[in-house]
Amino acid sequence: MSTTVPLTPAAPVAEATAGHRRLHRLRGLPTSAKIGFAMLAILVLAAALAPLIAPYGQNQLDFAQQLASPSSSHLFGTDDTGRDVFTRTLYGLRVDLLIVLFVTYIAVPIGVLAGAAAGYFGGWVDAVISRVVDVVVAFPFFVLVIAIVAIVGPGVKGVIIGVPLAGWALYARLARSEMLVMREQPFMLATTALGYTRRRAIFRHAIPNLIRSSLIYSTVDLVVNMLLLASLSYLGLGAQPPNAELGTVIAQGQSTLLDAWWVATLPGLVLVAFGVAVGLIGDGLSDGKLRGGRS
Amino acid sequence: MSTNSLLSIAGVRIEFGSEDEPLVAVRDVSLDIAPGEVVGLVGESGSGKSLTCRSVMRLVAAPGRVADGRVTFDGRDVLAMESRELRAFRANDVGMIFQDPFSSLNPVFRIGDQLMETLRANRGLDKAEAKAEAIALLERVGIPDPPRRLLAYPHELSGGMRQRIMIALATASEPRLLIADEPTTALDVTTQAQILALLLKMRDDLGMAVLLVSHDFGVIAQVCDRVAVMYGGHIVETGPVEAIYDNPQHPYTRALLESVPELESAGRAQPRAGIPGQPPELGEVLPGCVFAPRCAFAQPECLTISMDLAPVGPAHACACPVRPFAPVGAVPAAAVPRSTEA
Repeated sequence: MSTTVPLTPAAPVAEATAGHRRLHRLRGLPTSAKIGFAMLAILVLAAALAPLIAPYGQNQLDFAQQLASPSSSHLFGTDDTGRDVFTRTLYGLRVDLLIVLFVTYIAVPIGVLAGAAAGYFGGWVDAVISRVVDVVVAFPFFVLVIAIVAIVGPGVKGVIIGVPLAGWALYARLARSEMLVMREQPFMLATTALGYTRRRAIFRHAIPNLIRSSLIYSTVDLVVNMLLLASLSYLGLGAQPPNAELGTVIAQGQSTLLDAWWVATLPGLVLVAFGVAVGLIGDGLSDGKLRGGRS
Repeated sequence: MSTNSLLSIAGVRIEFGSEDEPLVAVRDVSLDIAPGEVVGLVGESGSGKSLTCRSVMRLVAAPGRVADGRVTFDGRDVLAMESRELRAFRANDVGMIFQDPFSSLNPVFRIGDQLMETLRANRGLDKAEAKAEAIALLERVGIPDPPRRLLAYPHELSGGMRQRIMIALATASEPRLLIADEPTTALDVTTQAQILALLLKMRDDLGMAVLLVSHDFGVIAQVCDRVAVMYGGHIVETGPVEAIYDNPQHPYTRALLESVPELESAGRAQPRAGIPGQPPELGEVLPGCVFAPRCAFAQPECLTISMDLAPVGPAHACACPVRPFAPVGAVPAAAVPRSTEA
């Protein structure tokens, strides 16, 4: 059945419509999510462009300017060795974002795949994966990460190894429960009736439907991991000085909190801004107002 | 079975539950479909009609199993196929559409992506060919402005449109048999008529046989050449649609026909009599005829007869040996009573 339909005139119109709709999707988001995206964009841009924006070096000492209060030359003031807090915040954010994005989004696909397999195949596959998930979830997250830090030594390495090791389990649980529902959907039966391979049915048809809840949950995880990283650094188990990381910057500022509030507070506010931005996005996505998504 | 049949279901039995105490949902069902023939499978909910048609594609879901019988498609034993062959069979030889067009399409993909995926996976077309063919398929099922519809998501389309898309998907590789499991039940009556007309047109254009499952005799009567009536997991009567409609021989068939409301009866204070009682539960083992407890014509011997089909006319067979509607003087069908249960 070769076609006699004149394809050429229709195609450009079609492409235009597709692009238009993609824009439309974002427009369908609630205002709060748009604000979240804007805040996150500013933070990410600032972090990414840190070497260009930062007015000073991150470890550039200036003993003439110790504990200078925020001003036009030092936006966030300086710390007790005269380092520019704004510069250190930008570099710290850069490190934190990189690590947090990595540890969070390496766990998502692993968890989703494991959960999808458990839910789709059931039987012993499900039994094995679900029990492993139970064990990982039951183990206190913080203790696990600290234990790994104890093994590999202080530094971000502990976080990079420890967080994904525990983080995938909740995604697996989410994906499994969604897959159990998805498996019974008529369109999944239709994929079998159409003679699709199992791999195609799972990867092309089930997973795009169940990834949404995991992505929404990952926004919560991002914030949790960000705070975890900052807390570990604050405790001296995460990123090591002198290089800037939000947790270490805040920890160092704590000793001068009464004389120079800005050293700990302003980087802390950046951390809060990140949490708020990601939270707003997650909220907006879970409202189900995305065009083309399930409601 | 007969040499010219495309699909032959012979003695199929579908069970649930344990091997030792199985719950039998379908018992000894046999059905033949010739190339290009439209066969209706009619019965109430739970009569086993959906399971029977799913067994053709080996789609009986996990706790259920085809415990006995043979399904032969074009001389090939479907139940014995290994997975690669089975997949090719599903992809190319048989298409299936479902009752609920609202959830039979993946909600996160555009119509065009789903069609093109099927064409690329099952027919090995490249992207441009698949797109052109998808547009042709949509035209074939009567969807206006196909290039624009390719970009639509399922939720943007009406139920009738979605069912048309399902038909386009299921017939993308021009199968020789289309199984339609209650394809119009979720649609309103005008859309229903359009979908049925489309199925007939596809039959004429592609020479495709259709197995149409429905609980609605009106739907069956509109499109089918031949009908099999199911009750309690058995086929109780089978024959050409005219014979079944004008001269039903089984009391269940007659009761089913009488329960279909007619337009002429509107306004007249003559409500349609339903069939008293409930269909048998899954696993309920009834001696003799499964319909006997609800049958207005039940005789004492109904509790011992078998449910075998016996010919009562040209291509017309019925499982009721009592034959209360036979012309006077006709010989009871079960002149030789058989007592073994299938």
